[in-house]
Amino acid sequence: MKPKTRRRPASGTGKVPFSYGKLFWSTFIISAFTVGGGFVIIPLLKAKYVDEYGWIDDTEALDLVAIAQSAPGVVAANAAVILGYRMGGFLGTAVALLATVLPPLITLTLVSYFYEAFKANPYARMILKGMQCGVSAVLIDVLFGLVQKQVRKKLALPLLIMAGSFVASVFFHVPIMEIIFIDAVLGLLLMRDPIYN
Amino acid sequence: METILALFLSFAKVGLFCIGGGYASLPLIQEEVVAGHAWMTMGEFVDIFTISQMTPGPIGINAATFVGAKVAGVPGSVAATAGFVFPSVIIVLLLAFLYYRYGNVGPIRGVLNALRPAVVALIGNAGIGIVLLALWNREEPPVTLGETDLIGLFILVVSLLLIRLRFGTIRTLTLSGVLGLALYLAFGVTV
Repeated sequence: MKPKTRRRPASGTGKVPFSYGKLFWSTFIISAFTVGGGFVIIPLLKAKYVDEYGWIDDTEALDLVAIAQSAPGVVAANAAVILGYRMGGFLGTAVALLATVLPPLITLTLVSYFYEAFKANPYARMILKGMQCGVSAVLIDVLFGLVQKQVRKKLALPLLIMAGSFVASVFFHVPIMEIIFIDAVLGLLLMRDPIYN
Repeated sequence: METILALFLSFAKVGLFCIGGGYASLPLIQEEVVAGHAWMTMGEFVDIFTISQMTPGPIGINAATFVGAKVAGVPGSVAATAGFVFPSVIIVLLLAFLYYRYGNVGPIRGVLNALRPAVVALIGNAGIGIVLLALWNREEPPVTLGETDLIGLFILVVSLLLIRLRFGTIRTLTLSGVLGLALYLAFGVTV
C-alpha cells in the first residue's frame, strides 16, 4: 500500500519545523506522564502537534482522531499511528507509535517485577484487596455512564444488542469474539443510518 | 519461543477485536489470559487492571505489557505489546488511505454503531467477575449474601461515593488501598 497522499504538504501553520526527533520526544513525554488512556492523551497530542508546533491543522487532526477512535485497538496508539503518518509518512508512524508504547512498556515491566515481591506480603495483600473493591467501584461508575448513554438514545436496536450480548455472554457463555462478530454483521446490515451514530 | 509467539497471537486477537477504548480490552484480555491460556489468576488480573489505572499510559498497553512480562519476562512484554498494536496499525493506515481517497468511511460506521452497545454488555460481564472476586473471593456465581465481605462492601460503597463526587480515580484507588490495609488489620481479617 503506497497512497498518493504520502507527499501531501503539511496542513498546519508550520510554526516549528518538523523533525522526527521532536515528534519522538514530545510524544514520549506525553505518553510517559499521562495517566488515563486515549481520551486524556489525544487532546494533549493534538495541543502539541496543532497548537504548539503547527504540524497539522485542527480540522484534519479532528478527522484523523475520529478515525483512530473508530478503529480497533488502543485509541492512543491508533492516534499516534495516524497522526504520525500524516506528519511524517510511514517513518512518522513508526516514530510516534514507538514513542507512545515505550513508556508504558518500560514502566509496567518494572512494576510487574515489584508486584511479584509485593504480593507475597500479607499487608500488601490487604492493600490490594482494598483496591480490588475500589476498582469495582470505578468499573460500576464507568458502566453506569455507558449504559446511560445508550438508553438516552431512545432507540430499540442498540438496547436490544446490549441486552442480547449481555445475556449471551453471562448466561450462555458465548465466546466474546463470536458475540462481537455477530453484532458487527448486524450493525453492517441494520445500523448504517446516522441516527445510530 | 512458543510462549512468545502465543503471547503475540493472543494479544493480536485482543487488539483486533478490541473496539471502543481502554475498558473494551478488559473482557477480551480476561478471556484470553485468565480463561483461555490460564497465564494468570482472576485475582492477579484484577490487580493488573487496578495498577494499569494508576500508572501512565493507555490501559490496554499497560495490561498487555504486564501480562507479557509476568509470563515470559522482557521478551514477553515486548511480544504482547507488539501483538496488541499490530492489527490496529494496519487497520488505521488502511482507514487513513480510504479517508484521503474517498473522504469518508461509511459502512464502518454501521459496524461501530452496533459494537458500542455490545461492548457495554461485555464490560458488564467482566465487571460482574471483578465484583464477585472483590466481595466474595469467587470467580463464578453462586454466592450467598451471608458470605459477603462486609469490609470490602464498605470500601466499595465509599469509593463509589468518592468517584461520584469527582474525587478522581487515582486518589480513590489509593484511598481504597489504605482503607483495605487499615480495616482488614483493625478487624484482624486475613486476606
